[in-house]
Amino acid sequence: MTGKLLLRGMIAGVVGGLLAFLFARIYGEPLVDFAIAFEEQAGAAAGEAAEPELVSRATQAGLGLLTGAIVYSAALGGILSLAFALVYGRFSALGARSLAGLLALAGFVAVILVPAIKYPANPPAVGSPETIVIRTELYFAMLLVSVLVMVAAFALARHYWGRLGAWNAAIVGGLAFLVVIAAVMLLLPDINEVPENFSAAILWRFRVASLGMQAIIWSAQGLVFGFLAERLLAGAAPAARRLSPA
Amino acid sequence: MSTLSPTSIPLSQPVPIPLGEVLPWAIFAGLILVLAVYFVGAEEGALSIFSGMYVHEFVHDGRHLLGFPCH
Repeated sequence: MTGKLLLRGMIAGVVGGLLAFLFARIYGEPLVDFAIAFEEQAGAAAGEAAEPELVSRATQAGLGLLTGAIVYSAALGGILSLAFALVYGRFSALGARSLAGLLALAGFVAVILVPAIKYPANPPAVGSPETIVIRTELYFAMLLVSVLVMVAAFALARHYWGRLGAWNAAIVGGLAFLVVIAAVMLLLPDINEVPENFSAAILWRFRVASLGMQAIIWSAQGLVFGFLAERLLAGAAPAARRLSPA
Repeated sequence: MSTLSPTSIPLSQPVPIPLGEVLPWAIFAGLILVLAVYFVGAEEGALSIFSGMYVHEFVHDGRHLLGFPCH
């Protein structure tokens, strides 16, 4: 059953990756081109020789982007389906579609939104190569903390479920998540490597486009995987079907 | 619930998948999937399994747009 769920999660991921590619192609690529032109201009002004192109821009914006989006989204869809297989019926009484939707939403907040608020996406030309290691470490530290706090928040909400009811227990879990994440964001160092004369409007649009791409990936996963998983699990439980009144 | 007849069990009462069946998948497939995310997100950036910059340059636009630190 887990293998079948995994396959469906990855199929949902491929669907999300394709849609995200189309979105990124239209809304993201013009901004990447702008940033690369800015980078080259700044480099030329500083008297640096133009970097040789290892992969052409057309490939980067086409096949490269498509491959990146699909591999990334399919892998995340697979991970989501494994989390689903662990949680379904064990930590949750939700049906397949509801649980897939909830997991995708919580995953988007914990894996994408929270790290993006602290360390937002940057176009080329923003970020100096010397700090890539520390920036990567901080980004993944924020991501890891965010996921762990999200899991803890759900455990807390479940703990209070019986005493406070579903609505209030969810508020307790949500508040605990916000307070801990806000404190962690305060403690972790800020990174700002935006060149002085880089367009603020382009930077903003790039970051929104990045979040849009992720929103498409995670929505498609939650909805498509939920649909496929529900059909699979309904088919696997024909006994329950027969017993229930029509 | 215990006083109800079996015929009233709701259609969608979720039955958990046995842990012994989920865990091997979660560990091994999970590892491979995380590795796939790593190749799109961080290979030949902060860390390198292969030398050179081909993987980095090939997925370059995706890496920026998906929000990973790059360059």
